[in-house]
Amino acid sequence: MSFKIASSPHQHNQLSTAQIMRLVAFACLPGIAVQAVLFGYGVIIQLLLAIVTAWCSEALVLKLRNKPILPRLKDNSALLTAVLLAIAIPPYAPWWIIVIGTAFAIIMVKQLYGGLGNNLFNPAMAAYVLLLISFPLQMTQWLPPLSLQSVSLTPADAVCAVFSQYSCSGFSLTQLQSSIDGITMATPLDTLRTDLSRGLTLDESLTKPVFFAFAGAGWLWVNLAYLLGGLLLIQQKIISWRIPVAVLASLFVLSSIASLAAPDTMAGPLFHLFSGGTMLAAFFIATDPVSASTTNRGRLIYGALIGVLVFLIRNFGGYPDAYAFAVLLANMAVPLIDYYTRPRTYGHRTRSER
Amino acid sequence: MSQFKELTLQGLWKNNPGLVQLLGLCPLLAVTATVTNALGLGLATLLVLLGSNVAVSLVRNHVANEIRIPVFVLIIASLVTVVQLLMNAYTYDLYLSLGIFIPLIVTNCAIIGRAEAFASKNAVLPSAIDAIMMGLGFMLVLLVLGAMREILGQGTLFDGADLLLGDWAKVLRIELFQLDSQFLLALLPPGAFLGMGLLIALKNSIDNKLKQKKAVEKGSIARARVTGAAQ
Repeated sequence: MSFKIASSPHQHNQLSTAQIMRLVAFACLPGIAVQAVLFGYGVIIQLLLAIVTAWCSEALVLKLRNKPILPRLKDNSALLTAVLLAIAIPPYAPWWIIVIGTAFAIIMVKQLYGGLGNNLFNPAMAAYVLLLISFPLQMTQWLPPLSLQSVSLTPADAVCAVFSQYSCSGFSLTQLQSSIDGITMATPLDTLRTDLSRGLTLDESLTKPVFFAFAGAGWLWVNLAYLLGGLLLIQQKIISWRIPVAVLASLFVLSSIASLAAPDTMAGPLFHLFSGGTMLAAFFIATDPVSASTTNRGRLIYGALIGVLVFLIRNFGGYPDAYAFAVLLANMAVPLIDYYTRPRTYGHRTRSER
Repeated sequence: MSQFKELTLQGLWKNNPGLVQLLGLCPLLAVTATVTNALGLGLATLLVLLGSNVAVSLVRNHVANEIRIPVFVLIIASLVTVVQLLMNAYTYDLYLSLGIFIPLIVTNCAIIGRAEAFASKNAVLPSAIDAIMMGLGFMLVLLVLGAMREILGQGTLFDGADLLLGDWAKVLRIELFQLDSQFLLALLPPGAFLGMGLLIALKNSIDNKLKQKKAVEKGSIARARVTGAAQ
């Protein structure tokens, strides 16, 4: 059985679920490549672990449910969930983090609700939240970009680090996290947040080496690469432009107002758009066809809601980045949004004409 | 004796307050982070349930129907106060760790539910047995959920049992495996909801299996009806 993405009118480009999922996964490749080049090879190992775990857990549950296994594995949806989760978590998180996360995403969030098409929540993001609240330490150990690392990591080191938390030459992850001066570095969003809470102004904080131009060093390029992949998806008509544009626009507007109102303590719109997971979330995660809104007006509202929530949590909440929480909260609002934005069906009048 | 058997089956399995009636979920989900807490609250609830069922059954013919609910609530509240003071006196550490959930036993729907549905209509002995079985059923769910969450969360069993049972109980503590980092989710409320859902699913699937087995044993022949619907 193939799920077509388009609802009526039934004029669509005949892509099967498997092809769509594969295209989305391919569109992640530029971002993954940039991440691997700038931040080390950890992300590749996480990807492999995630994909293997996703396939195993999907097959296990399908076996328990007495469903055909191969057709479901071939629709690539488990693969895509695994890819999205693997690029969202820190590249040198211990191996069991990604295994627990992917298994939870597939078994609990997707299959227990009835499999593909029935899940209320985005599986990758629900798993991300599970990991973040269960293992806060491991889930915030982001290494600075390679250019700032005091010890350079080889691919073999990446394997060692993921499986034992020490590089092959015996440096611990905390040591690897330090710069040449021995100062532990976090992500740009994290650094900015800590600095602002310590009373530094925005300009003072932005002089630190983790920042580059108007965003974080390395992170700017990762975000640009995901933006490229996302634009490709829109060009191929795999995703609608409405959700990503609404996410980015609401985040842009809110952060512009905030940075005009309080230029010393609120980061500007460009920093927000090109830091953390903004582009990945706006183009690849928020647009999940199952858990996102399905009407055109609903998609705008859904995307804007995510942007607003991210802005609020980044600036006033307890976590430096917020896409997982924002997407899950917006997922909860989707039935309501869809209910109130049903399009006029042919032959029925709009409320004002009645 | 068949009534006794029926009450046992109802309380422990068929009509289990935790898994089937879904009563008293608030304490059930909140205090089951460890087996010790679960056992403490389970015992307290069992005692209150026993006392309230016996007392309600004794006064059932003397209380006017219109005011029965306030009277039941008064009985339950005084029993909860007794249990709370006892725990404060004898198991002070556990009293502290259970906190607000001891006084909240008074709002546990399982207790007022049994008083209203069973004890107010039955004699003392069946009411007492019903209370014990329902209380045991509730405690069993608490214990299983507590064990699941404690093993997953911190890799131990009966951690802090000495708070409830006295110093000798320190030997009960079993360390199943050593975790470098706790699986916090299992200890937090979402873990309780997930665990509870899995337990209910397990019970339903066992029930389904039993039902299928019974149907097969009966050897009933399913006939396809080809004419109009049977009236």
